[in-house]
Parts: sequence; structure tokens; C-alpha cells
Amino acid sequence: MSAPHPDELTTKRLAGLAPPPISAAPYDPRTGDGSLNDDPTQRPPLVLGQRSFHDVTETVCGYIEKGPGKWWLPAFVTSAQVAGLMPLMILYLAVTGVGVWGLNNQVDWAWDITNFVFWIGIGHAGTLISAILCLFKQKWRTSINRAAEAMTIFAVICAGTFPGVHVGRIWMAWMLFPIPNANAIWPNFRSPLLWDVFAVSTYATVSLLFWYMGMIPDLATLRDRAALRLLRKERSGRLPLIGLSYDRLRALVYGVLSVGWRFSSRHWLNYEKAYLMLAGVSTPLVLSVHSIVSFDFATSQLPGWHTTIFPPYFVAGAIFGGFAMVLMLLIPSRIVFPGMRDLITARHLENMAKIILATGFMVGFAYGMEFFIAWYSGNSYETDAFLYNRVLPPFVAEWIGSERSAPYWWAYWTMISCNVLSPQLFWFKSARRSPAAIFLVALLVTIGMWFERFVIIVTSLHRAFIPGEWHMFYPTYVDILTFVGSCGTFLTLYLLFVRFLPQFAMSEIKAVMPQASPHHHPGHATAHAADRHGAAHPGGATGMPPGLAGAAHHPGEPLRHPDQPKGGA
Amino acid sequence: MAAQNVRYVTESGEEVYGLMAQFSGPADFYHAAEMVRDAGFRKWDAYSPFPVHGIDEAMGLPRPRLPLLVAVVGLGGAALGFLFQYFVTAIAYPMVVQGKPYAAWEPFIPVTFEIGVLFTAFTCILGMMAFNGLPRLHHPLLTRERFLRVSDDAFIIAIEAADPRFDAPAVQALLTQAGALAVEVVTDPRPAPAPHAPH
Repeated sequence: MSAPHPDELTTKRLAGLAPPPISAAPYDPRTGDGSLNDDPTQRPPLVLGQRSFHDVTETVCGYIEKGPGKWWLPAFVTSAQVAGLMPLMILYLAVTGVGVWGLNNQVDWAWDITNFVFWIGIGHAGTLISAILCLFKQKWRTSINRAAEAMTIFAVICAGTFPGVHVGRIWMAWMLFPIPNANAIWPNFRSPLLWDVFAVSTYATVSLLFWYMGMIPDLATLRDRAALRLLRKERSGRLPLIGLSYDRLRALVYGVLSVGWRFSSRHWLNYEKAYLMLAGVSTPLVLSVHSIVSFDFATSQLPGWHTTIFPPYFVAGAIFGGFAMVLMLLIPSRIVFPGMRDLITARHLENMAKIILATGFMVGFAYGMEFFIAWYSGNSYETDAFLYNRVLPPFVAEWIGSERSAPYWWAYWTMISCNVLSPQLFWFKSARRSPAAIFLVALLVTIGMWFERFVIIVTSLHRAFIPGEWHMFYPTYVDILTFVGSCGTFLTLYLLFVRFLPQFAMSEIKAVMPQASPHHHPGHATAHAADRHGAAHPGGATGMPPGLAGAAHHPGEPLRHPDQPKGGA
Repeated sequence: MAAQNVRYVTESGEEVYGLMAQFSGPADFYHAAEMVRDAGFRKWDAYSPFPVHGIDEAMGLPRPRLPLLVAVVGLGGAALGFLFQYFVTAIAYPMVVQGKPYAAWEPFIPVTFEIGVLFTAFTCILGMMAFNGLPRLHHPLLTRERFLRVSDDAFIIAIEAADPRFDAPAVQALLTQAGALAVEVVTDPRPAPAPHAPH
């Protein structure tokens, strides 16, 4: 009797006709991570280390209750000081005027709008992970969605600041909103800039609601743990001066925030429906937000902006840059919170690296298509905007004998090498599986995406139709420090989040763990395989070895179909 | 409705909320829910750290009505947003922009969509809370040590004394037969309402 061909065995396993391989080694000795098996018949585990539900709760809540470690306070103080630059620079801007930025008559949008588009784009990954991957039933999203949603909100906070302050007289920013004023002036609803106000404020609100609603059960877990310790009369630290114990404070604050969630199945039913519907509306929302941001440019007549490819191009770029930022936050998190490596596995990082590779291609395609259309349309302004504003470096111009060259060629080529070339590293499995390599590419992509917005905004503006108006843009220290300050604000908010709020959607992670299924048979080598084989259980005709077929069901209980009600109807 | 007036009180005079039983895991919990459903109880609930797949069928719960509400309010919000833009652009402050008609509907689409989404999102979360009777910061179950572990890894079914079919020994027998690890009485620590004064 010959052994079956490996492909044949794989087909049989996928069809449920052959048992899954028994030895699902929980850890790969080389990488120390069991999530990287390449056997297509086995879904890689989403939670490693054979964790129980309780272990997940302990890991996630432990870092909040016992503190994240000695590194937190110095990191927080440092980033909060950097964050302080932002209000300082905005105050200087407000009392002096937008002249403190490097803007001039020709380049009237520069770092302000670059930073706005950069941050709002970063936010998109969070909604993609929480909404779009939810609709596609990508279970691996559960261990990264909370952090990504938090990141979304903090990025949108940073983003919203820039258009708010770039209006110059920032005390007039309320005129963005359709409020009747003394002169009976209403805003112009035909302007994409006003659409932007609605898109960004809706996005910020809906992201916050989504984040909060997802967090209600986990906040209730924190509340219950504090309440349990109070019931057991365990001692906890006390607040200085007031003397309130930390657990009482936790029970109070988390209690109010969790609105009395009781984990009732009747509640879960409405909750899951509401969550699904929120995901359903967030999906078009996230696509609309960056599309509308791109309308700010695309509806103008400026060469380099007047492009129909902008909406999808911006959305792909936003997801691309956002995933890079998620990775830049999660990879260090895995180092400073070692217990989380079992929740954010190497497989999670690999999946995100693949998304970066795919969206990097979309972005690269858009760059190429813009260039092609500039030539194919025969519009000489458009061709000029590309060749002589962006692409052609002076040394190449000299070499080919062109009298003109692009002053911002370095920005364009930084963008191309960071966004198009660097993700190509992810074709190599070893790069996708090395957190250091992923972090490096994510960093490059983040830089590249900032430059993409800079290239779009500044290079198109600095040389438009009338050569007499041509001006270079040079940032001032205020431009630079405001941006640095916004990075500090982002990091400060994120550090506060990891300190006080659950970084993982515990209830969602528990729900995708193998033992969460009411039809789970604990004896199986891999529970996911067991799920897939569920329909064939536990009949002897499936070719499954008797040891796997059902003997490991609840001890002392007669063998029965898992869907069959116990003890008759 | 005479059965509803029966009140269960412990020997120390505390009002009984009901009986609660803990189960070892999702499978036992699921099957126990089916048994309680089949026994015909109405006022009972099953509590688990995460939504157990298919528990709504095991409990015989009706389809949630939330989606209908969300659809109505979401579409209503979008209509409101559209009308508001129409009012502003065509009536309150007509202004020639790019030579387009005042009441052209096309430029209103993005904001209409955004407002529709905003209304939908608020209805999702507020509607979810309203249908669930939340926020409710106090509940008799939340005072029980065993119950507080639901948020961690416990699976609990509680049958309320207010259920017309509630009969403590029978309920206890049912829950034990369903495979409960432990069954305990839940009392409401708030003072029981004073008995009605006889006329």
C-alpha cells in the first residue's frame, strides 16, 4: 500500500475526508512561534500557548492593573513634552498669523495640509481592520483591532487640528459649521472643503462610537475584576490625598463607562447586530472619507491635482500608510508587553505585511497611471507638472540635455523608493517573518506616505500656470515643530491608552478561540480543523481514526452528534 | 397574571431575584440553554464572556428589531441632511457657484451620505443600549462573586423568580440535570418593597 501523494492528502483534508495532522506543535522551535505553519489544511492558531479564556483576561487586564512596567513613565513624560510643542506652536501661530509658516503667495497649502492628509490617512487602517475585515470575517483581526481603532482616533485628533488652525484666524473656525450667523451667511455646500468638514467630523465621531462600543464588554471585565477584589477584601493602593482605593476608583470609572454591561446573551444578540451594522456603515464611510479628502484636490483645475484617479488612489494609500503605522505600534508593543506575543502572533504581522505589499502595489499602480495619463491626455500642463515639478533630477536633465529639471525630484524619488520599492522586500518569506524587517519597512512606508502628500500638495502648487508666480517652499521651524508636536500628541495618547484601557478586544479574542465553539471537542489536535470537520462528526465512515472521532467528548457521556440536543427535545 | 404576584423571600427577608447556575464551558452552556428554553421559561438569561455562536437559537430568542430602527433613522437622517442643504443653498443663502443651478442635487450627495452614516451610527449604539435596558448601573446579579467571573471565563444561566413557571426546587432540578457545576440563590440586596396595606 503506497502512501498518498501529499497533494492528494491535502485535498482530502480540506474536504474533511482525512484527519488533520495530529502533531500540531504549539511552538516552532526556530521562531518560538507556532502560528507560522504552512500546511493549508490547518488554520494557524490565533492565540498561542494553549491559552485558556482566563489567561487572555489575565494577560490583557494584568498590564492595566499592575502597570505596564518601568519604561512607561519615562516614555510618557518624554512624549508628553514633545506633544507640548504642538499647543505652543499653535499659540504662536494664532497670536502671530500664518506667516510664521513657510507659506507664500503661490504655495498656500504646505505642511499643514500635508500633515492633515498624512494623519487622516493613518487613521484609515483602524477602521479597515475593525470594519472591513469584520465584514470579511477575518478572525485574525480580533487581536489587533482595538489598538488599531485607538490609533485611528488619535490620528484623527492630530489630523483635525491642522485644517482647524490653517484657516489663520482660528477663532473663526466655527464658521466651518453650518450655523446661521449675524450676517445670515451660510457655508457653501458645493465645496469639497465643506464636504471634508462633514466627512472628517463624521469619521471622528463614528470611529469613537465604534471604538467605545467594542470596548464596553472589556471595560465591564475590568470593572468586575475590581469589584471581585473589593468583595474579597483584597487591599489595593490608594490615591494620594483623597484616600480612595484604586479598586474602588476602577469599579467606579470602568463601571460607569461600561454602562452596566452584564454579558447577557439577550444583550449580546443586539450588540452583535449593532456591531455588524456599524461595521457595515463604517466600510463605505472609510472609503468616502479619503475620497472626499482627495476631492479637495481633484475638483480643482491645478495640473497634478485635477485627476480622476485620486479617490481610489488616496484610499489605497491611506490603508497602506495606516497599516504601516499599526505595525510600528504593535511591534514595539510585543517587546514591551511580552505576554502579548501569544495574542499578536508572527502570523498577524505576516498578514499585515502582505496587506502592505498589496496596497503598495495599488499605490505604485496609481503613481504609474498618473504619469501615463499625463502623457496620454496630451495635456502639456499635466506633463509639465510631472516631469518638471516632480520627476526629473537636475543631473539627469543635464545628461539628457533638458534645460528644465524638477526642483522637488528628491521628494518624488523618496516617495517612490519608500512606497513602491521598500515593500517589495515582503516577497521574501524571511522578511515577512522578521519583526525587525517589518518595522523597518513600516517606518520607510510612513516616511514615504508623508512625502507622497508633500509631493502632491507642494510640488503641484509651487509651479502652476503663470511662471511669474513660481515659488519654492521652505518650511520654517514652526512648520517642523508643529508636526513633531503632533507625533508627540499621537504617541502620548497611545501611551495613555495602553496604560488605562484594554489593548485587546478580550471578548472577541475569546470568541475566536477554539474552545469557544459550543461544538468544540477538546481532544482534537487542532480545534480549527475540528470545526471544519464538524459536519462529518462523529461517524465512523469518515475515515477518521477512532481516537480523534469523538472519544474525547465529555467524559462519561454517550457519543452523540454535537448539534443533537442533549436529553431529547 | 396571578403567578406574577408571588414573591419569593429568603428567611432573612431579602427578595429572591432567582436561581443561577454555572456551567463548565460553551458546550454545556449551550445545551443547558436549550433545556431551559424547552422547559418554557420566559424570564431568564444566559451570561457568557463572549457571544456563544448560535446561543440565540438555543435560547429561542426572537430576531432583534434593532436593524429596522437603524434603517429608518439612518435613512431619515440622510433625508434631513439633504433637505437641510437644499434649504441653505436654494432658499436661505442662494449663491451662484460655478454657474450651477441653486438646487442642483449632485453636490449634496457627499454630505447627505455622511449625515446618514452619522445618524445610523448613533442609532446603532443608542438603540443597542435602549433595547438592552442600558445604562443600568445596578443589578442583583452583579453583587454575586460567582457572577462577576462571567466577564472572565464563567458561563452562567439565571432564571428569575418573576417567571410565571418559577418554582425553586423544580428550577434547581432542571439546572442540575442540565449539567450545572453549581446552583445558587440570587437575592436582591435592596430592601424588599413594603407589603400592601390591607384595606
